[in-house]
Amino acid sequence: MRGLDLDYMLGLVPVILSYVPLTLFMAVVAMVCALVLASLLAVERVIRVPGLDWLVVLFISFFRGTPLLVQLFLFYYGLPQVLAFLTQINGVTAAIMGLTLHFSAYMAEAIRAAITGVDRSQWEAAQSIGMTQAQTMRRIVLPQAGRIAAPTLVNYFIDMIKGTSLAFTLGVTEMMGATQKEASGSFLYFEAFLVVAILYWIIVETLNQGQKQLEIRLNRAYAR
Amino acid sequence: MISVRDLTKRFGDTTVLDAIDLDIADGERVVIIGPSGTGKSTLLRCLNFLDRPEAGRIEIGDVRVDAARASKRDILALRRATAFVFQNYALFANKTAKENIMEALVTVQGHPRSDAERRALEVLGQTGLADKAESYPAALSGGQQQRVGIGRAMAIGADLMLFDEPTSALDPEWVGEVLDLMRQVAEQRQTMLIVTHEMQFAREIADRVLFMEGGRIVEEGPPDALLDAPQDERLRRFLRRVA
Repeated sequence: MRGLDLDYMLGLVPVILSYVPLTLFMAVVAMVCALVLASLLAVERVIRVPGLDWLVVLFISFFRGTPLLVQLFLFYYGLPQVLAFLTQINGVTAAIMGLTLHFSAYMAEAIRAAITGVDRSQWEAAQSIGMTQAQTMRRIVLPQAGRIAAPTLVNYFIDMIKGTSLAFTLGVTEMMGATQKEASGSFLYFEAFLVVAILYWIIVETLNQGQKQLEIRLNRAYAR
Repeated sequence: MISVRDLTKRFGDTTVLDAIDLDIADGERVVIIGPSGTGKSTLLRCLNFLDRPEAGRIEIGDVRVDAARASKRDILALRRATAFVFQNYALFANKTAKENIMEALVTVQGHPRSDAERRALEVLGQTGLADKAESYPAALSGGQQQRVGIGRAMAIGADLMLFDEPTSALDPEWVGEVLDLMRQVAEQRQTMLIVTHEMQFAREIADRVLFMEGGRIVEEGPPDALLDAPQDERLRRFLRRVA
């Protein structure tokens, strides 16, 4: 057994760190898009628009029922062969799209459950003052559901950050892709992947701490 | 003027409201009493379609609705002509006391926020909760929550205020302050339809008391006549039980 090349590892840190912004960019953009899409899907699942409901059920089932990596390959390598306009798409965009669709399916279920968890009296009170269903949803139910779902959604965001590492299979040089390149130059695979693992770990733990703070604040809110 | 004809509501095979006829004059304060499960709350809930009646006609102010073919627009119009005070308060948990009152004014009636805020603070003053304007419901006592609930209904300026057992969920210590506020509303000649078990209160503020049983209005009259000289045997039995 050989010793760890610590100098190499320390030297690698700034190299990989320079790709953190791209990793976070993909995760944040995909998270925002997924939140919007998931909210729409969840609202549909609650009010069940005739003719649309089966499509949403199918969508959620497919994206929860197949691996993220398979979905990414399907979009990036597969779909352009069928849909010509997709040949222009780059790896970053494809990864964001894939993460968005995949996680929106999971997040839709979390938001749907949270909407169902909002007390029925909240609906009745809103309707009794003459609010429409859309107003009730937007102003009363969704804000409360958001609070219920927030801790779960933060967990999905953490999963998403880790999920961005799959973008390297689409040729994107993000944290994982950069590490792969460095390692294949130096042949110090263990050192390189250990560094990137620790960096992901630090990012995720930072977010975990943030989530704890968020939960404390959410539990306090509405109690002023 | 409020007019209800043949209002009928069934849950499965059970007829909860059996062709109710009811007229209420402007400014009249009507109290409904009766055993539980006789359709009192359902009558209130059907008047603004929280429960959908199967048949009947409802006329409140300018709004006329035929229950059998009520459109979404009809239902909204009816709800906007009424205000509802719930047994469990049902304040919006994500809004402060002030925002609870502003919500209908801004979202439904389309008033500018500044006007709605002024009106909300004025109403909170009347309910004695001016200092709780920025409090969320979770930080208020049951009595305070219900006073905000009544304030929310007052601010709308509805043709008819519906009270569904507004003190039944309260700890005894908070009942008095809620009844006081309702007296205050009654003094303003607001048209009110109140389901309650507070007989003394009914006697004080009601112009007319209705006794409901089995989905029908069995007997009605001025409070003293109805409560002191009941005609119907079922009413006599009910009054003996609650006395």
